[in-house]
Amino acid sequence: MSQIHVTTSINGDATEFLCEAEDTLLDVLRDRLGMTGSKEGCGTGDCGACSVTVDGRLVCSCLMLGAEAEGREVTTIEGMATGDQLHPLQQKFIEMAALQCGICTPGILVAAKSLLEKNPDPTEEEVRYWLAGNLCRCTGYDKIIRAVMETAADLRRAS
Amino acid sequence: MRYEAPNSVEAAVDLLAATEGAYVLAGGTDLLVKLRAEMLEPDLVVDIKRIAGMKDITAENGGWRIGAAVSGAEMGEHAGLLRDWPGVVEAVGLIGSTQVQGRATLAGNLCNASPAADSVPAMVAANATLRIVGPKGSRDVAVIDVPASPGKTTLAPGEFIASVFLPAKPEHGGDAYLRFIPRTEMDIAVVGCGVSLVLDGAGKVSAARVSLGAVGPKVMLVEAGAEALIGRAPKGDALEDLAAVCSAAATPIDDKRGTVDFRRHVAGVLARRATEIAAIRAKGETA
Repeated sequence: MSQIHVTTSINGDATEFLCEAEDTLLDVLRDRLGMTGSKEGCGTGDCGACSVTVDGRLVCSCLMLGAEAEGREVTTIEGMATGDQLHPLQQKFIEMAALQCGICTPGILVAAKSLLEKNPDPTEEEVRYWLAGNLCRCTGYDKIIRAVMETAADLRRAS
Repeated sequence: MRYEAPNSVEAAVDLLAATEGAYVLAGGTDLLVKLRAEMLEPDLVVDIKRIAGMKDITAENGGWRIGAAVSGAEMGEHAGLLRDWPGVVEAVGLIGSTQVQGRATLAGNLCNASPAADSVPAMVAANATLRIVGPKGSRDVAVIDVPASPGKTTLAPGEFIASVFLPAKPEHGGDAYLRFIPRTEMDIAVVGCGVSLVLDGAGKVSAARVSLGAVGPKVMLVEAGAEALIGRAPKGDALEDLAAVCSAAATPIDDKRGTVDFRRHVAGVLARRATEIAAIRAKGETA
Protein backbone atom coordinates (compact mmCIF):
# COMPACT_ATOMS: atom_id res chain seq x y z
CA MET A 1 0.00 0.00 0.00
CA SER A 2 1.41 3.39 -0.96
CA GLN A 3 1.89 5.91 1.77
CA ILE A 4 -0.08 9.12 2.04
CA HIS A 5 1.79 12.37 1.48
CA VAL A 6 0.64 15.09 3.87
CA THR A 7 1.55 18.78 3.88
CA THR A 8 0.73 20.59 7.07
CA SER A 9 1.95 23.18 9.55
CA ILE A 10 3.30 22.12 12.92
CA ASN A 11 4.09 24.84 15.45
CA GLY A 12 4.19 27.31 12.56
CA ASP A 13 6.68 25.31 10.50
CA ALA A 14 5.62 23.99 7.11
CA THR A 15 5.97 20.22 7.44
CA GLU A 16 5.63 17.30 5.05
CA PHE A 17 5.41 13.67 6.01
CA LEU A 18 4.45 10.27 4.64
CA CYS A 19 2.13 8.08 6.68
CA GLU A 20 -0.01 4.98 6.50
CA ALA A 21 -3.80 5.44 6.44
CA GLU A 22 -4.03 3.84 9.90
CA ASP A 23 -1.44 6.12 11.52
CA THR A 24 -2.86 8.52 14.06
CA LEU A 25 -1.56 12.06 14.27
CA LEU A 26 0.10 10.97 17.52
CA ASP A 27 1.88 8.10 15.71
CA VAL A 28 3.10 10.57 13.10
CA LEU A 29 4.30 13.13 15.64
CA ARG A 30 6.17 10.62 17.77
CA ASP A 31 7.37 7.97 15.35
CA ARG A 32 7.79 9.80 12.05
CA LEU A 33 8.64 13.35 13.13
CA GLY A 34 10.51 12.56 16.37
CA MET A 35 8.32 14.93 18.37
CA THR A 36 7.93 12.82 21.48
CA GLY A 37 6.57 15.52 23.78
CA SER A 38 3.00 14.37 23.13
CA LYS A 39 2.51 11.16 25.10
CA GLU A 40 0.42 8.08 24.53
CA GLY A 41 -1.35 7.19 27.76
CA CYS A 42 -4.46 5.30 26.72
CA GLY A 43 -4.64 5.70 22.94
CA THR A 44 -8.43 5.93 23.19
CA GLY A 45 -9.08 9.58 24.01
CA ASP A 46 -9.60 9.11 27.74
CA CYS A 47 -6.38 10.48 29.27
CA GLY A 48 -5.48 13.62 27.31
CA ALA A 49 -1.70 13.01 27.42
CA CYS A 50 -1.59 13.40 23.61
CA SER A 51 -3.42 16.76 23.56
CA VAL A 52 -2.56 19.11 20.69
CA THR A 53 -4.47 21.85 18.92
CA VAL A 54 -5.61 21.59 15.31
CA ASP A 55 -6.70 24.87 13.72
CA GLY A 56 -6.82 26.27 17.25
CA ARG A 57 -9.10 23.54 18.60
CA LEU A 58 -7.95 21.28 21.45
CA VAL A 59 -8.07 17.61 20.42
CA CYS A 60 -6.56 14.25 21.30
CA SER A 61 -3.95 13.47 18.64
CA CYS A 62 -4.63 9.75 19.22
CA LEU A 63 -8.21 10.24 18.00
CA MET A 64 -7.23 11.79 14.68
CA LEU A 65 -5.57 10.24 11.66
CA GLY A 66 -2.30 11.73 10.48
CA ALA A 67 -3.79 12.04 6.99
CA GLU A 68 -6.44 14.40 8.36
CA ALA A 69 -3.72 16.96 9.15
CA GLU A 70 -3.45 17.92 5.45
CA GLY A 71 -3.60 21.72 5.24
CA ARG A 72 -4.28 22.17 8.96
CA GLU A 73 -2.34 24.07 11.60
CA VAL A 74 -1.17 21.80 14.38
CA THR A 75 0.44 23.00 17.60
CA THR A 76 2.11 20.69 20.10
CA ILE A 77 3.93 20.99 23.40
CA GLU A 78 7.17 21.47 21.42
CA GLY A 79 5.80 24.83 20.25
CA MET A 80 5.00 26.12 23.71
CA ALA A 81 8.31 27.59 24.82
CA THR A 82 9.97 30.35 22.77
CA GLY A 83 13.55 29.17 22.41
CA ASP A 84 14.87 28.85 25.98
CA GLN A 85 12.06 31.03 27.30
CA LEU A 86 9.46 28.81 28.94
CA HIS A 87 5.79 29.66 28.60
CA PRO A 88 4.43 31.16 31.85
CA LEU A 89 2.40 27.98 32.44
CA GLN A 90 5.54 25.83 32.11
CA GLN A 91 7.45 28.11 34.49
CA LYS A 92 4.62 28.07 37.04
CA PHE A 93 4.29 24.29 36.90
CA ILE A 94 7.99 24.05 37.87
CA GLU A 95 7.75 26.69 40.60
CA MET A 96 4.67 25.13 42.16
CA ALA A 97 5.76 21.50 41.59
CA ALA A 98 2.56 20.84 39.68
CA LEU A 99 3.89 17.55 38.36
CA GLN A 100 5.47 14.37 39.60
CA CYS A 101 6.20 11.72 36.97
CA GLY A 102 5.49 14.19 34.16
CA ILE A 103 3.77 11.92 31.65
CA CYS A 104 0.51 13.88 31.76
CA THR A 105 2.24 17.26 31.91
CA PRO A 106 2.62 18.06 28.18
CA GLY A 107 -1.06 17.35 27.57
CA ILE A 108 -2.13 19.36 30.59
CA LEU A 109 0.01 22.33 29.55
CA VAL A 110 -1.37 22.29 25.99
CA ALA A 111 -4.93 22.02 27.34
CA ALA A 112 -4.42 24.74 29.95
CA LYS A 113 -2.91 27.11 27.38
CA SER A 114 -5.93 26.52 25.16
CA LEU A 115 -8.24 27.36 28.08
CA LEU A 116 -6.44 30.60 28.97
CA GLU A 117 -6.52 31.76 25.34
CA LYS A 118 -10.28 31.30 25.37
CA ASN A 119 -10.96 32.38 28.94
CA PRO A 120 -8.25 34.46 30.65
CA ASP A 121 -10.17 34.57 33.94
CA PRO A 122 -11.54 31.08 34.59
CA THR A 123 -13.06 30.00 37.89
CA GLU A 124 -11.58 26.97 39.62
CA GLU A 125 -14.66 25.01 38.55
CA GLU A 126 -14.11 26.02 34.91
CA VAL A 127 -10.45 24.93 35.08
CA ARG A 128 -11.42 21.60 36.62
CA TYR A 129 -14.09 20.91 33.97
CA TRP A 130 -11.83 22.02 31.11
CA LEU A 131 -9.07 19.69 32.31
CA ALA A 132 -11.41 16.78 33.15
CA GLY A 133 -10.10 14.97 30.09
CA ASN A 134 -6.49 15.14 31.30
CA LEU A 135 -5.79 12.37 33.78
CA CYS A 136 -2.96 12.58 36.31
CA ARG A 137 -2.32 9.63 38.58
CA CYS A 138 0.34 11.32 40.74
CA THR A 139 -0.65 14.74 41.93
CA GLY A 140 -4.29 14.58 42.95
CA TYR A 141 -4.74 17.59 40.64
CA ASP A 142 -4.69 20.26 43.34
CA LYS A 143 -1.28 21.70 42.47
CA ILE A 144 -2.10 21.58 38.76
CA ILE A 145 -5.31 23.53 39.23
CA ARG A 146 -3.60 26.08 41.48
CA ALA A 147 -0.74 26.52 39.01
CA VAL A 148 -3.20 27.21 36.18
CA MET A 149 -5.18 29.67 38.31
CA GLU A 150 -1.99 31.51 39.38
CA THR A 151 -0.68 31.68 35.83
CA ALA A 152 -4.01 33.10 34.68
CA ALA A 153 -3.79 35.75 37.40
CA ASP A 154 -0.17 36.61 36.45
CA LEU A 155 -1.08 36.92 32.77
CA ARG A 156 -4.03 39.18 33.59
CA ARG A 157 -1.77 41.42 35.69
CA ALA A 158 0.80 41.54 32.90
CA SER A 159 -1.69 42.50 30.20
CA MET B 1 -6.93 0.34 4.94
CA ARG B 2 -7.32 3.20 2.47
CA TYR B 3 -8.05 6.81 3.43
CA GLU B 4 -9.98 9.09 1.08
CA ALA B 5 -11.10 12.68 1.63
CA PRO B 6 -13.46 13.45 -1.28
CA ASN B 7 -14.72 17.00 -1.76
CA SER B 8 -18.26 16.25 -2.93
CA VAL B 9 -21.19 14.29 -1.55
CA GLU B 10 -21.42 12.37 -4.83
CA ALA B 11 -17.79 11.27 -4.67
CA ALA B 12 -18.22 10.19 -1.04
CA VAL B 13 -21.35 8.19 -1.87
CA ASP B 14 -19.58 6.53 -4.81
CA LEU B 15 -16.66 5.53 -2.60
CA LEU B 16 -18.90 4.22 0.19
CA ALA B 17 -21.17 2.33 -2.20
CA ALA B 18 -18.28 0.76 -4.10
CA THR B 19 -16.44 -0.63 -1.08
CA GLU B 20 -17.74 -3.18 1.33
CA GLY B 21 -16.38 -2.44 4.78
CA ALA B 22 -16.13 1.32 4.24
CA TYR B 23 -16.65 3.68 7.16
CA VAL B 24 -17.41 7.39 7.37
CA LEU B 25 -15.00 9.58 9.31
CA ALA B 26 -16.21 12.92 10.66
CA GLY B 27 -15.04 13.54 14.24
CA GLY B 28 -13.63 10.03 14.60
CA THR B 29 -13.97 9.92 18.40
CA ASP B 30 -15.75 6.56 18.21
CA LEU B 31 -14.25 5.29 14.93
CA LEU B 32 -10.61 5.67 15.96
CA VAL B 33 -11.20 3.92 19.27
CA LYS B 34 -12.75 0.98 17.40
CA LEU B 35 -9.90 0.92 14.88
CA ARG B 36 -7.35 0.77 17.65
CA ALA B 37 -9.24 -1.95 19.51
CA GLU B 38 -9.49 -3.86 16.19
CA MET B 39 -13.25 -4.01 16.64
CA LEU B 40 -13.36 -2.70 13.07
CA GLU B 41 -10.92 -3.41 10.25
CA PRO B 42 -12.20 -1.22 7.43
CA ASP B 43 -10.92 -1.47 3.88
CA LEU B 44 -11.71 2.21 3.42
CA VAL B 45 -12.26 5.26 5.61
CA VAL B 46 -14.02 8.19 3.91
CA ASP B 47 -13.29 11.52 5.59
CA ILE B 48 -16.27 13.79 4.85
CA LYS B 49 -14.76 16.98 6.31
CA ARG B 50 -13.51 18.26 2.92
CA ILE B 51 -17.07 18.33 1.54
CA ALA B 52 -18.62 21.83 1.39
CA GLY B 53 -21.17 22.43 4.14
CA MET B 54 -20.10 19.64 6.46
CA LYS B 55 -18.60 22.11 8.94
CA ASP B 56 -21.35 24.75 8.61
CA ILE B 57 -24.24 25.78 10.84
CA THR B 58 -26.79 27.49 8.57
CA ALA B 59 -30.13 29.21 9.26
CA GLU B 60 -32.94 27.49 7.31
CA ASN B 61 -36.72 28.03 7.52
CA GLY B 62 -36.38 29.53 10.98
CA GLY B 63 -34.39 26.52 12.20
CA TRP B 64 -30.79 25.42 11.93
CA ARG B 65 -29.04 23.00 9.59
CA ILE B 66 -25.94 21.55 11.23
CA GLY B 67 -23.36 19.90 8.98
CA ALA B 68 -22.44 16.35 9.87
CA ALA B 69 -18.88 17.28 10.83
CA VAL B 70 -19.74 20.23 13.13
CA SER B 71 -18.21 19.52 16.54
CA GLY B 72 -19.82 19.84 19.94
CA ALA B 73 -17.42 22.69 20.75
CA GLU B 74 -18.56 24.59 17.64
CA MET B 75 -22.22 24.10 18.60
CA GLY B 76 -21.49 25.34 22.12
CA GLU B 77 -20.08 28.58 20.71
CA HIS B 78 -23.05 29.27 18.39
CA ALA B 79 -25.34 31.95 19.81
CA GLY B 80 -28.33 30.99 17.65
CA LEU B 81 -28.26 27.33 18.65
CA LEU B 82 -27.81 28.24 22.32
CA ARG B 83 -30.82 30.55 22.11
CA ASP B 84 -33.15 28.17 20.25
CA TRP B 85 -32.15 24.65 21.33
CA PRO B 86 -30.13 24.88 24.57
CA GLY B 87 -31.12 21.33 25.51
CA VAL B 88 -29.57 19.89 22.36
CA VAL B 89 -26.41 21.96 22.83
CA GLU B 90 -26.13 20.84 26.46
CA ALA B 91 -26.66 17.22 25.50
CA VAL B 92 -23.90 17.19 22.88
CA GLY B 93 -21.69 19.12 25.33
CA LEU B 94 -21.93 16.28 27.84
CA ILE B 95 -20.13 13.88 25.50
CA GLY B 96 -16.57 13.23 26.65
CA SER B 97 -13.87 15.74 27.49
CA THR B 98 -12.92 19.15 26.10
CA GLN B 99 -10.64 17.30 23.67
CA VAL B 100 -13.45 14.99 22.53
CA GLN B 101 -15.75 18.01 22.18
CA GLY B 102 -13.25 19.45 19.69
CA ARG B 103 -14.15 16.67 17.24
CA ALA B 104 -17.29 14.77 18.31
CA THR B 105 -20.45 15.31 16.23
CA LEU B 106 -24.22 14.87 16.52
CA ALA B 107 -24.33 12.59 13.48
CA GLY B 108 -21.50 10.45 14.84
CA ASN B 109 -23.16 10.13 18.23
CA LEU B 110 -26.31 8.94 16.44
CA CYS B 111 -24.56 6.54 14.05
CA ASN B 112 -22.47 4.99 16.82
CA ALA B 113 -25.91 3.79 17.94
CA SER B 114 -25.19 3.47 21.62
CA PRO B 115 -28.48 3.33 23.55
CA ALA B 116 -26.84 5.75 26.02
CA ALA B 117 -25.85 8.42 23.45
CA ASP B 118 -26.47 11.77 25.12
CA SER B 119 -27.36 13.91 22.13
CA VAL B 120 -29.92 11.48 20.71
CA PRO B 121 -32.81 11.88 23.22
CA ALA B 122 -32.33 15.65 22.98
CA MET B 123 -32.56 15.53 19.16
CA VAL B 124 -35.64 13.29 19.38
CA ALA B 125 -37.32 15.71 21.81
CA ALA B 126 -36.47 18.60 19.46
CA ASN B 127 -38.04 16.67 16.56
CA ALA B 128 -34.80 16.95 14.59
CA THR B 129 -34.52 15.41 11.15
CA LEU B 130 -31.53 14.16 9.23
CA ARG B 131 -30.59 14.60 5.62
CA ILE B 132 -29.30 11.21 4.55
CA VAL B 133 -27.48 10.95 1.24
CA GLY B 134 -26.77 7.78 -0.66
CA PRO B 135 -26.73 6.01 -4.03
CA LYS B 136 -30.48 6.70 -4.50
CA GLY B 137 -30.19 10.41 -3.75
CA SER B 138 -31.11 12.21 -0.59
CA ARG B 139 -33.91 11.62 1.92
CA ASP B 140 -34.99 13.34 5.14
CA VAL B 141 -35.62 11.08 8.11
CA ALA B 142 -36.64 11.67 11.73
CA VAL B 143 -33.90 10.98 14.28
CA ILE B 144 -36.06 8.40 16.08
CA ASP B 145 -36.06 6.24 12.91
CA VAL B 146 -32.28 5.87 12.66
CA PRO B 147 -31.17 3.75 15.65
CA ALA B 148 -32.12 0.09 15.07
CA SER B 149 -30.49 -1.71 17.99
CA PRO B 150 -27.26 -1.31 19.99
CA GLY B 151 -24.53 -0.52 17.45
CA LYS B 152 -26.90 -0.74 14.45
CA THR B 153 -28.68 1.91 12.39
CA THR B 154 -31.26 1.82 9.61
CA LEU B 155 -28.89 3.48 7.13
CA ALA B 156 -28.50 1.48 3.92
CA PRO B 157 -25.09 0.58 2.45
CA GLY B 158 -23.50 3.63 0.83
CA GLU B 159 -25.61 6.08 2.82
CA PHE B 160 -24.38 8.64 5.31
CA ILE B 161 -25.82 11.55 7.25
CA ALA B 162 -24.98 14.88 5.59
CA SER B 163 -26.66 17.17 8.11
CA VAL B 164 -28.95 17.44 11.11
CA PHE B 165 -31.88 19.87 10.95
CA LEU B 166 -33.27 21.44 14.11
CA PRO B 167 -36.67 22.95 13.25
CA ALA B 168 -37.73 26.49 14.07
CA LYS B 169 -38.09 26.88 17.80
CA PRO B 170 -41.82 27.28 18.50
CA GLU B 171 -42.89 30.53 20.12
CA HIS B 172 -43.01 30.00 23.90
CA GLY B 173 -41.12 26.75 23.42
CA GLY B 174 -38.22 25.39 25.45
CA ASP B 175 -36.12 22.25 25.64
CA ALA B 176 -33.81 20.52 28.12
CA TYR B 177 -31.74 17.36 28.46
CA LEU B 178 -30.60 15.76 31.70
CA ARG B 179 -28.67 12.57 32.33
CA PHE B 180 -27.70 10.68 35.43
CA ILE B 181 -24.09 9.59 35.89
CA PRO B 182 -22.46 8.56 39.18
CA ARG B 183 -19.73 11.20 38.85
CA THR B 184 -19.60 14.80 37.66
CA GLU B 185 -18.01 14.49 34.21
CA MET B 186 -16.63 12.09 31.59
CA ASP B 187 -19.11 9.24 31.99
CA ILE B 188 -21.84 7.41 30.09
CA ALA B 189 -25.51 8.03 30.85
CA VAL B 190 -27.20 5.58 33.21
CA VAL B 191 -30.43 7.29 32.16
CA GLY B 192 -30.92 10.28 29.83
CA CYS B 193 -34.07 12.31 29.25
CA GLY B 194 -34.91 14.99 26.67
CA VAL B 195 -37.97 17.23 26.91
CA SER B 196 -39.26 19.85 24.49
CA LEU B 197 -42.51 21.67 25.18
CA VAL B 198 -44.61 24.68 24.20
CA LEU B 199 -46.66 26.76 26.66
CA ASP B 200 -49.91 28.52 25.80
CA GLY B 201 -50.97 31.96 27.06
CA ALA B 202 -52.32 30.45 30.28
CA GLY B 203 -49.04 28.70 31.05
CA LYS B 204 -50.38 25.26 30.12
CA VAL B 205 -48.49 22.85 27.92
CA SER B 206 -49.87 22.90 24.37
CA ALA B 207 -47.33 20.53 22.80
CA ALA B 208 -44.60 18.29 24.19
CA ARG B 209 -42.08 15.63 23.23
CA VAL B 210 -40.48 13.48 25.93
CA SER B 211 -37.68 11.01 25.15
CA LEU B 212 -35.60 8.58 27.16
CA GLY B 213 -32.14 7.15 26.54
CA ALA B 214 -30.16 4.29 28.13
CA VAL B 215 -33.31 2.53 29.35
CA GLY B 216 -33.87 0.29 26.33
CA PRO B 217 -32.05 -1.02 23.26
CA LYS B 218 -32.56 2.34 21.56
CA VAL B 219 -33.83 5.82 22.30
CA MET B 220 -37.60 6.00 22.91
CA LEU B 221 -40.20 8.70 22.37
CA VAL B 222 -42.59 8.47 25.32
CA GLU B 223 -45.96 9.50 23.87
CA ALA B 224 -47.65 8.96 27.23
CA GLY B 225 -45.25 11.47 28.73
CA ALA B 226 -46.41 14.15 26.30
CA GLU B 227 -50.04 13.20 27.00
CA ALA B 228 -49.45 13.57 30.76
CA LEU B 229 -48.35 17.17 30.20
CA ILE B 230 -50.57 18.51 27.42
CA GLY B 231 -53.40 20.74 28.64
CA ARG B 232 -51.89 21.08 32.12
CA ALA B 233 -49.48 23.48 33.83
CA PRO B 234 -46.07 21.76 34.07
CA LYS B 235 -46.01 21.38 37.84
CA GLY B 236 -47.45 19.37 40.73
CA ASP B 237 -49.65 16.43 39.75
CA ALA B 238 -48.84 16.81 36.04
CA LEU B 239 -45.16 16.24 36.80
CA GLU B 240 -45.93 13.31 39.10
CA ASP B 241 -48.03 11.73 36.35
CA LEU B 242 -45.25 12.38 33.84
CA ALA B 243 -42.70 10.72 36.13
CA ALA B 244 -44.94 7.68 36.61
CA VAL B 245 -45.47 7.12 32.88
CA CYS B 246 -41.78 7.59 32.10
CA SER B 247 -40.80 5.08 34.79
CA ALA B 248 -43.36 2.68 33.36
CA ALA B 249 -42.17 3.22 29.78
CA ALA B 250 -38.53 2.49 30.61
CA THR B 251 -37.35 -1.02 29.72
CA PRO B 252 -33.81 -1.00 31.11
CA ILE B 253 -31.41 -3.82 31.86
CA ASP B 254 -29.37 -4.46 34.99
CA ASP B 255 -25.72 -3.75 34.40
CA LYS B 256 -22.68 -2.41 36.22
CA ARG B 257 -23.91 1.17 35.81
CA GLY B 258 -27.39 0.73 37.27
CA THR B 259 -30.16 -1.70 38.16
CA VAL B 260 -33.54 -1.97 36.48
CA ASP B 261 -35.35 -0.52 39.50
CA PHE B 262 -32.93 2.36 39.86
CA ARG B 263 -33.09 3.25 36.18
CA ARG B 264 -36.89 3.16 36.12
CA HIS B 265 -37.00 5.48 39.12
CA VAL B 266 -34.41 7.88 37.68
CA ALA B 267 -36.22 8.00 34.32
CA GLY B 268 -39.20 9.54 36.10
CA VAL B 269 -37.09 11.92 38.18
CA LEU B 270 -35.17 13.22 35.17
CA ALA B 271 -38.36 13.65 33.12
CA ARG B 272 -39.83 15.80 35.88
CA ARG B 273 -36.68 17.91 36.29
CA ALA B 274 -36.06 18.32 32.55
CA THR B 275 -39.68 19.44 32.12
CA GLU B 276 -39.21 22.07 34.81
CA ILE B 277 -36.13 23.42 33.03
CA ALA B 278 -37.81 23.35 29.61
CA ALA B 279 -40.81 25.23 31.07
CA ILE B 280 -38.58 27.96 32.48
CA ARG B 281 -36.95 28.34 29.06
CA ALA B 282 -40.35 28.37 27.35
CA LYS B 283 -41.19 31.44 29.45
CA GLY B 284 -38.12 33.13 28.02
CA GLU B 285 -36.14 32.84 31.23
CA THR B 286 -32.71 31.30 31.64
CA ALA B 287 -32.26 27.86 33.16
